[in-house]
Amino acid sequence: MKIFFHFGRYFILIKRAFGKPEKISIYISRIFEEMNLLGIGSLGIVAIISVFMGAVITIQSAFNFESPLIPLYAVGVAVRDSMILEFSPAIVSLILAGKVGSSIASEIGTMRVSEQIDALEIMGINSAGYLIFPKIIASMLFNPILVVFSMFLGILGGYVFGLMSGVVSDYEYVYGITYEFHPYNVVYALIKSIVFAFIIASVPAYHGYYTSGGALEVGRSSTKGVVYSSVLILAFDLILTQLLLV
Amino acid sequence: MIEIRNISKSFSGRSVLNDISFTFETGKTNMIIGESGSGKTTLLKCMVGLNEINNGQILYDGRSFTELDFKEKKDIRKEIGMLFQGGALFDSKTVEENVVFPLSMFTDLSESEKRDRANFCLQRVNLSNANNLFPSEISGGMKKRVAIARAIAVQPKYLFCDEPNSGLDPKTSIVIDNLIKEITEEYNITTVVITHDMNSVIEIGDHIMFIYKGNKHWEGSKHEILKTDNPEVCDFVYATQFMKDLKTKF
Repeated sequence: MKIFFHFGRYFILIKRAFGKPEKISIYISRIFEEMNLLGIGSLGIVAIISVFMGAVITIQSAFNFESPLIPLYAVGVAVRDSMILEFSPAIVSLILAGKVGSSIASEIGTMRVSEQIDALEIMGINSAGYLIFPKIIASMLFNPILVVFSMFLGILGGYVFGLMSGVVSDYEYVYGITYEFHPYNVVYALIKSIVFAFIIASVPAYHGYYTSGGALEVGRSSTKGVVYSSVLILAFDLILTQLLLV
Repeated sequence: MIEIRNISKSFSGRSVLNDISFTFETGKTNMIIGESGSGKTTLLKCMVGLNEINNGQILYDGRSFTELDFKEKKDIRKEIGMLFQGGALFDSKTVEENVVFPLSMFTDLSESEKRDRANFCLQRVNLSNANNLFPSEISGGMKKRVAIARAIAVQPKYLFCDEPNSGLDPKTSIVIDNLIKEITEEYNITTVVITHDMNSVIEIGDHIMFIYKGNKHWEGSKHEILKTDNPEVCDFVYATQFMKDLKTKF
C-alpha cells in the first residue's frame, strides 16, 4: 500500500512543481543556473566515461570477432550501435542519476531540514515550483546534449584506441560507423534521454522534498533518490525499447 | 491583529494543541511562552499554515485563513515575515541576495531600487559590510539579523519569530529582542514571538500567553506574569535561582 502513497504524493508534487510560476523571468534564470550546475558540471565525467567505454567496446569487439567470416568493419558498427542505442542514453543517465540525483536530493533535503523550504512557503512562494521545476526543465534540455556528446566521444574514443592498439584499421572503422546507419536510432536515443532526464531530476527531488529529521535523513533521502531513479531508468529503458524499436 | 479561536491540533491521534484562543494585538510584541514540547512551535506553524489545524479558526484582520483558497492564502502569506529558529537563510545566496530575494519575487522594483531597499533593511538591523558574505561565513547573531532584514524587506503586516534568541549570547539576545520590539512599533506590525527565555519576556513582552501541555494556561502582561500565583507559570518563570532570589527580594 505504501507504494500507492508514494506514487500519489509524487504526482501531487510534480503537479505543484508545474504550477503557475510567481515570476517567469526568475524561473528562466533558475533554469539556466541549473543547466550550468547539472549539465555543464557533468560534461567532464560524461566525457571520460564515454571515451573509455568506446575504447573498451572497440577492443572487446575486435577480440570477439575472430571468425574470418565477420569483416573487421563490424567493430565500427558494434561501437556505433552500442553507443547510440544503449550506452549513451541509458548508461550515461544511470551515471548522472548517481551524480546529479544525489546532488538534487541532498540539496533539497538540506533545505527542508534547515527550514529554507518553510521560509519559501511562508513568503508565499510555491517551493516545489521554485526548486524542482527548473531542475526538471534544465535536465530535460541538457541531457540530450550530454547524450549526443557522449555518442560522439565514445565513437571517437573507439577510433583512437582502435588505431593505437592496432585491432582495426582507419578505413574499416570509419566504414563500419557509416555502414547501414539509421538516423532513427539517434531519435530513439534522444527520446530515451529526455524521459530519463525527467526521472533523474524528479525522483531525487521528491525524496529530498519530503525529508524529515536531520543530516542522517538527508543522506538516506539521497541514497533512496539515486536507487529509485536508477531502477526507474532501467524499467523505462525496457519499456521505451519495446515501444520504439520493436 | 491576529485572532485564533478554539485551535486544536493532533498528530497521529496524539493531541498537541487543545482548544486555544488568543488575540495577538497590532503594534505589540505578543509572546507565546512555555516549556519545551508544550506546543509553541506547532501553534506557530498552524498559524502560518505550515501545519493544518484539526479544529478552530485563524483570523488575520478578520480574514479567516482556514477558509481561504490556495491563492488567497498565498496573498496573506505575502504579508507575513518570519524569523526561523536557525535563520533559514538560503545557503546559496549572499546576505544581500537573501534580502533582495522576496523583493525580486513580489515586486517590480529595478535592480538598484532592490539593492537600496536591501541596504536600508540591513542598516536597520545594524548590519553593514556583510552584503557579499554567505550565511556560512557569518555568526549566529548576524544570521538572525539578516533573517529579520529579509522578513521586513517586503514591509510585512505580521511578523512571526520562532525562538529568535536561541543559541545567542545574552548581549546579542538583547540586541535581537530590542530590534524586534523597535520594528514592531515602528512599522505597526502584529508580532508573535515564541520563546522560553524569561529575559526576553521581561524585556519586550507586551501580551503574553503561557502554554502548558498543549493548553492555554495563562495570559497577561509582563508585569502580571511576575505577580501571578498560577503554580505552573510560577514554576516556569522562577525556574532559575536568579529569578527565585529576585522574587524573595521584591
